[in-house]
Amino acid sequence: MISLMQSFRIRGGVHPDPRKTATTDLSISSDFPLPKKLYIPLQQHVGKPAEPVVRVGDYVYKGQLLAHSQGMISAPVHAPSSGIISDIADYPAPHPSALPIRTVFMETDGKDVWQLLKPPTDPFGLSAEEISLRVGAAGVVGMGGATFPAAVKLNLGRKNKISTLLINGGECEPYLTCDDRLMQESADGIIDGIRIMLHGMETPQAIVGIEDNKPAAFRAMKKAAADFRQIEVRQVPTHYPMGWDRQLIRYLTGKEVPADGRATDVGVLMHNVATAYAIHKAIRHNRPLVDRVVTIAGGAAGSPGNIWVPIGTLISELLDFCRVDRPRMARLVMGGPMMGDALPIAELPVVKATSGILALTQDEITRGSEQACIRCARCISACPAGLLPVDMANRIRSNQLESAVDIGLKDCISCGSCSYVCPSNIPLVHYFKYAAGELAARQQAQHKSEQTKKLIEERNKRIERIEKQKAEEAARELAAKVAKYSADQAEQVL
Amino acid sequence: MYVLSAIASLATLGLVLGWLLAIAAKYLKVESNPIVEELEALMPGSQCGQCGFPGCRPAAQAIANGEAPITVCPPGGSALAEQFAALLGVSIDLSNFEEPEFLIAKVSEDTCTGCTRCFKVCPTDAIVGAAKQIHAVVADACTGCQKCIAVCPTECLQMHKPEVTLRNWRWQKPLPEPVGAPA
Ligand code: SF4
Ligand code: SF4
Ligand code: SF4
Ligand code: SF4
Repeated sequence: MISLMQSFRIRGGVHPDPRKTATTDLSISSDFPLPKKLYIPLQQHVGKPAEPVVRVGDYVYKGQLLAHSQGMISAPVHAPSSGIISDIADYPAPHPSALPIRTVFMETDGKDVWQLLKPPTDPFGLSAEEISLRVGAAGVVGMGGATFPAAVKLNLGRKNKISTLLINGGECEPYLTCDDRLMQESADGIIDGIRIMLHGMETPQAIVGIEDNKPAAFRAMKKAAADFRQIEVRQVPTHYPMGWDRQLIRYLTGKEVPADGRATDVGVLMHNVATAYAIHKAIRHNRPLVDRVVTIAGGAAGSPGNIWVPIGTLISELLDFCRVDRPRMARLVMGGPMMGDALPIAELPVVKATSGILALTQDEITRGSEQACIRCARCISACPAGLLPVDMANRIRSNQLESAVDIGLKDCISCGSCSYVCPSNIPLVHYFKYAAGELAARQQAQHKSEQTKKLIEERNKRIERIEKQKAEEAARELAAKVAKYSADQAEQVL
Repeated sequence: MYVLSAIASLATLGLVLGWLLAIAAKYLKVESNPIVEELEALMPGSQCGQCGFPGCRPAAQAIANGEAPITVCPPGGSALAEQFAALLGVSIDLSNFEEPEFLIAKVSEDTCTGCTRCFKVCPTDAIVGAAKQIHAVVADACTGCQKCIAVCPTECLQMHKPEVTLRNWRWQKPLPEPVGAPA
């Protein structure tokens, strides 16, 4: 009966091998030695980059503001430890391209001293607006990987009169266990964070969804929430991509987010468990977001585990700490294997979005060679968004992007389920990522061409104006000459 | 007296010429073709001549007359070709279409004398600078028309690939499937 209900409520998706056993039973380590140098990118969030408020040579304490947020959608960054600002310059970003991004370089002094912290605050004595302000000032962003500024989302919740806050404890990506461990070890803090969020959003209830392959996390969270009637902790089936907001909303509330709408349209907003914990630390203990739990796993990791890592730590140092066998590491991935990004080098900083670092061996990434499509339609049944991956890929292959958009390209969430099931190993999701980028480029080109037209018009107008001025001047001169001549003549006649 | 006659003769001349112009406008008027207008509206409008026509309008005219392919405009690329195809209701196969390489002008500061010639020809005002000062190209406004290259006396203007940044970085298209794959 339950399985029948479930199948109604879950659409598409796949069951990748979870590969979580290596780390799920190890407690989060706080033993990672403080790096000598930290590289803190100024943009670790969706929105505008932060603007530095420190100068090269400044001494900063842990938690001190390094750069403030700019504009409506942005987030500040704080010093992950104490030390000297050694530079503010471009440094490669943790991105598949490793292109440079503006970064604060810090040399830590090893003391790791906090700035003067305010005594713990009672969050429920603060107004809802004040909660958002403080969450924003602490630099909290969506820690599940989306990195949307949490304060903006809280405000959104308040404005849209959200009825239910969903907390995603799904962690449906293989290998990752950082949320699982956080729930097992810090359930009270997470629940406190959820209560603070409810207060800040003025929302009556929250539902936490935890996949049924994390029984220990479920028990811990259930226990921590026992005293709070407004928070319900529920198990959800282990299924990828369960963490997609539409999927979780459909499963937990039975509501369907309209195709071109947002979660707020059905009165729901989703946050991640790690975000709830960061909010608990920010509001209850006045500590800005300066570190996070990172899962280091993969076949090449000699001692995989979950670690508290200061933001700005180079991934290469983490690899060494976890005794990653570099020659065996065939691919380095940030995030999960399904939606994460392959990184070309390891000398890139950990950022607020870094949930996992995977050192994968050749065996773990080998897929057979690409074959012709056999039209088996497995990609179609696997797509959680109800799209036709095979048709979209064909259209993109022949450069007909607009017609791929016509059959739903823009609804693709790049979850990779289609690529995962394809028996012919066709890189379907790669086509969709390529097409999305290409469409964005075209939009920019379109904008540029409009801009160009405007510029040309302005230039033509200016040239015309100058010509006209010249002509007028010439005419005036001529008229003056004629008048003078006539006057001379008249004088002569008189 | 002289004054009066001068005024009178000039006025008559003006009237006659104006009347002639009006007649000319009426009889020599070119009927504008709505399709040409629509095509032109989609074009970049920089009149750069990379299509081999003296400007966007003649190029649009040529497409409308079937004398030029819809892929005629290099700066427009396949995106423009696709828009044309939709407008004209024709189908196109762009699978072998080579996207033209987009280059923008760059001033090398060592050799620029600040002569302002490039500044004067640039159709989009993409070049900034004053007389005797080093000029620079605003990458966002340059359309790659190369007009400035032609007039620069010291060859200090050169075409470069636009810089790749995190903002404009894109995924590459996957390599084609093995031969024998059904379309
Ligand atoms: S990547 Fe896109 S097309 Fe493929 S299954 Fe996911 S949503 Fe569907
Ligand atoms: S799963 Fe692969 S082989 Fe099957 S229809 Fe989709 S693209 Fe073709
Ligand atoms: S190439 Fe394109 S932009 Fe340049 S003149 Fe021809 S139609 Fe206009
Ligand atoms: S190539 Fe030269 S003239 Fe043409 S738009 Fe660019 S800067 Fe202006």
